[in-house]
Amino acid sequence: MASPTSTGHELGTEVAEHPKGGFPAFRTETFAGQILWLAIAFGLLYYVMSKVALPRVRHILEDRRVRIATDLEQAAEFRSHADEAGRAYELSLAEARGKAQAIAQETRAALAAEADIRRKALEADLAGKIAASETTIRERTESAMSNVRDVAAEAAVAIVERLTGRMPDRSKVEAALDTGARS
Amino acid sequence: MAAGKIDPIHQFELNTLVPFGNTGLGLTNSGAFMLAAVGVISLLMVWGARNRQLVPDRVQSLAEMAYEFVASTVHSTTGREGMQFFPLVFSLFMFVLVLNLLGLLPGGFTVTSHIIITFVLALVVIVTVIAVGFIKNGLGFLRLFAPSGIPIYVLPIITVIEVVSFLARPVSLSMRLFANMMAGHIALKLFAGFVVTLASLGIFGIFGAVLPLVIAVALTALEFLVAFIQAYVFTILTCIYLNDALHPGH
Repeated sequence: MASPTSTGHELGTEVAEHPKGGFPAFRTETFAGQILWLAIAFGLLYYVMSKVALPRVRHILEDRRVRIATDLEQAAEFRSHADEAGRAYELSLAEARGKAQAIAQETRAALAAEADIRRKALEADLAGKIAASETTIRERTESAMSNVRDVAAEAAVAIVERLTGRMPDRSKVEAALDTGARS
Repeated sequence: MAAGKIDPIHQFELNTLVPFGNTGLGLTNSGAFMLAAVGVISLLMVWGARNRQLVPDRVQSLAEMAYEFVASTVHSTTGREGMQFFPLVFSLFMFVLVLNLLGLLPGGFTVTSHIIITFVLALVVIVTVIAVGFIKNGLGFLRLFAPSGIPIYVLPIITVIEVVSFLARPVSLSMRLFANMMAGHIALKLFAGFVVTLASLGIFGIFGAVLPLVIAVALTALEFLVAFIQAYVFTILTCIYLNDALHPGH
């Protein structure tokens, strides 16, 4: 609020100093001075901007752009390294898993073969034992049978002796027994 | 009467600060404000970017923003070749913008509200355009006045229109900026003057002064917008004209 009143106050002196009047922007006698100072100011500005300020800012922006680009590149490189390491890890893991499986397979096969051999040996052993037992049984049966024949022959001789009063021929009795047993 | 004392024109008055004999070439408030603008811009662009930080501080960030704003404007309007005029366009934009903004300071002087300043700036642009146009294209630059694909019988009329519109460019370029800045400041001063005049009329006047006060505040905000827009319009038209010089014949 102070500014309009103060300018209003200054106006009186201003008009007194410049009795020519007219709109200030159209007073041609001021043009030369304004052009001169415009040339000085704008020339100075153009010089400072084109020689100092703009190259400097361009340099800053360029540096930043390059820095960001290299950082991104580096990040991509690191990422590819990490991916590679991940792939190598996966690969070694798969390898180890395969190896473990192979070892398990081998062990299982070895154990199975061993068990097979043992089983076969056992079977052979058992078969031998069975065969031996069978032989023994047959032998015993035969001997028992022959004993039975002898006993029967003796009994038959004794019976015939008691009945007839005389000793029968042993060989005849045995032959008779054989025919009887066969029929 | 207080009303008689408030003169909206007074703010455009030139006052000689340092006389230079009787030539009228001495330093005036206009010249002082132009030097101040150069100082402000140099401070921002040179001092602000002095550390060349990778992560900019506020002032450097502002300097970079100004740089990239003008650079993208020049690049999008004139293409790669236009970038050789970037220092000129940048200087014009910052000069006009800072002069407009300094004019909005209380008690400030609006250099761009003087037609001779805006006209000389427009002449700088047009002379550059003509020089570049003839250096780059030789007489081919004259194709600017004879657009291709025009039937031969309308060509004379079109050429006359194109020549007139070309000649009108410095006038319209300077008038637009000058008239906007001058009219805005006169309106601002008028409404501010109403506030003072009404308030001096007593208790009812104080209530009556509220409305012009609100308008004056709103106009001030509008003037900041206009200060930027006019600087931008001046810049983008400069770019368009430079593009004509680089690529004549539409």
